[in-house]
Amino acid sequence: MPERNLVQAVRDALDEEMARDDRVCVLGQDVGLKGGVFKATEGLQSRYGAHRVLDTPLAESSIAAVAQGLSLEGFRPVAEMQFVDYSLLGFNQIVNEIAKVRYRSNGDFSCPLVIRAPTGGGVRGALYHSQSPEAFFCHVPGLKVVLPSTPRDAKGLLKAAIRDPDPVVFLEPKKLYRAERQEVADGEAALLPLGAAAVVRDGVDVTAVTYGYMRAVTAQAAARLSQDGIEVEIIDLRTLRPWDVEMCIRSIHKTGRVAVIYEANRTGGFGAEVAAELAERCFASLDAPVSRIASPDVPAMPFSPTLEHAFMLNPDKVADGLRRVARY
Amino acid sequence: MLRARALDDRRFVLNRAGKLAFIISPRGHEVAQVAAITALEPGRDRFCLYYRNFAAALACGFTAEELMLSAFARAADPSSGGRQTPGNFGSRRRGVIIGSSTVGPQIPKAAGIGLALKWKGEGALCYVSFGEGATSQGDFHEGLNFAAIHQCPVIFFCENNHWAISVPQALQVAGPGVAERAAAYGIPGVRVHGDDFFGVYAVVSEAARRARSGMGPTLIEAEVLRLQSHSTDDDQRAYRDAAELAAEAARDPIPRMRDVLIERGWLTTESDAELREQVGREVERATDAAEAAPDPNPGSLGRHVYADA
Repeated sequence: MPERNLVQAVRDALDEEMARDDRVCVLGQDVGLKGGVFKATEGLQSRYGAHRVLDTPLAESSIAAVAQGLSLEGFRPVAEMQFVDYSLLGFNQIVNEIAKVRYRSNGDFSCPLVIRAPTGGGVRGALYHSQSPEAFFCHVPGLKVVLPSTPRDAKGLLKAAIRDPDPVVFLEPKKLYRAERQEVADGEAALLPLGAAAVVRDGVDVTAVTYGYMRAVTAQAAARLSQDGIEVEIIDLRTLRPWDVEMCIRSIHKTGRVAVIYEANRTGGFGAEVAAELAERCFASLDAPVSRIASPDVPAMPFSPTLEHAFMLNPDKVADGLRRVARY
Repeated sequence: MLRARALDDRRFVLNRAGKLAFIISPRGHEVAQVAAITALEPGRDRFCLYYRNFAAALACGFTAEELMLSAFARAADPSSGGRQTPGNFGSRRRGVIIGSSTVGPQIPKAAGIGLALKWKGEGALCYVSFGEGATSQGDFHEGLNFAAIHQCPVIFFCENNHWAISVPQALQVAGPGVAERAAAYGIPGVRVHGDDFFGVYAVVSEAARRARSGMGPTLIEAEVLRLQSHSTDDDQRAYRDAAELAAEAARDPIPRMRDVLIERGWLTTESDAELREQVGREVERATDAAEAAPDPNPGSLGRHVYADA
């Protein structure tokens, strides 16, 4: 099997799905000639042509709206928002239009499409290239939200998202685009189901529920805690809506303790929803309060390296948080 | 046109009687709407309608009873099963793309539908309509820009009644009007009197010919009158000049249409009366049937959120 980093895995998924199904098309600012600012669509336009890999005007609302129009006519568009921060300029189209098409037409219309966007920080992207606004989308019934953390998951879940009958917001942690390389299967063997989390580290003392770039940070924290005799079980949610609550509950029944680690601002972040649901469902199994380990409530990640560092969660901060839960 | 007017009048009575929660009237727009749709091909073309397109929806094939089911928010409302306010028309088999209640998002969506139709190459087009208020939205620019770049087969049809609720055109649209904006996109922009059925028909027919032959989009501005308040929750007498309202009421396009038809010898006073009687009976039947129809089952609240639910 070929070794791939995350952005290559995304490109492979697009390539395979475009080859498999000629209804699949890609659109967005810079996705054609340039192959995307992160190279996620590199080479696709020369392979599939300028109409199936379409450079759009720099206008996120119409990128989302055109994708919707194509979908309503039977195509399977994959729209790229250059940064998820920019997707807010298309928020009305995503939330009020795309997400509600099936519901508001009582099932007469549907709108299968994928909106891909790089998310998260730690790359000196500053306030408008570093945000983690996944909670905005997770709040919307009608959308599915995926946020993978490995090349294998990115490929398998993007292929599934393209085939899904409902609209999917597919968020790619940009800090991981060129981090880990992994052997990634080709074709149908790569497919992964939406909505299934994965236990990525076994442990008996505390459950750490996380996703995206925080998975790697949590893994480093867990390795340190292991030296202190604290064994952390890490669950990578992979899909945020619908999320795999049952897998989390099973783990909590074993550990009796849980922390949710997420890169977004603490208040109202998706991890807050996870914490609330697990507190409600697992109250009798818990030996410690459900804890959130998240980024501070400042508007976004500053440009200065010292301020960026101060904002970001790191293995120290996560280890401290997990230790508090383990020793409560 | 008569059917739309008669149904609308009945809906107002039912609203004031407390039986219908909310209505948006097409009064004053009917001639322009029916003329535009008549120039197109329901069943072949796509239609992104907006909330004032009650007469256009009838012209696209919705029946009086279906629109009354929607007004009563009944389970059998074909657009949304009682989920949306009446005015958000949708029917896949008729090519009417389900609408929503924010202003303007259908404009770039129509550009996307137009792109798909261009790719399919079957000569179908997408018609999208909106009021002049919607032209203030960024989506208006984004939609026209995209459709013009890709020469999408789209007809942008602005029904300019000069009032967006209480905000007059002078505070809404800079410059001489909407049609002139087409020049910025390098596409034809045409202004037409919305009470001139044959004028609107000719302009939309030409736009359709261009669209079907690969010549791209057209922006049409039909000047119409808003003879009723924005909605049943609004009273335009509070912010519009009484003399102006009276003058506009005297220019109601439906009697003018009748006069034109009689002049041309295509209608007689007798056949006009007969038509009105027939429409009246139809409205009675539609109202009775819709009022008696069942509400949506509360258990259906969670249906159609996703494909599997």
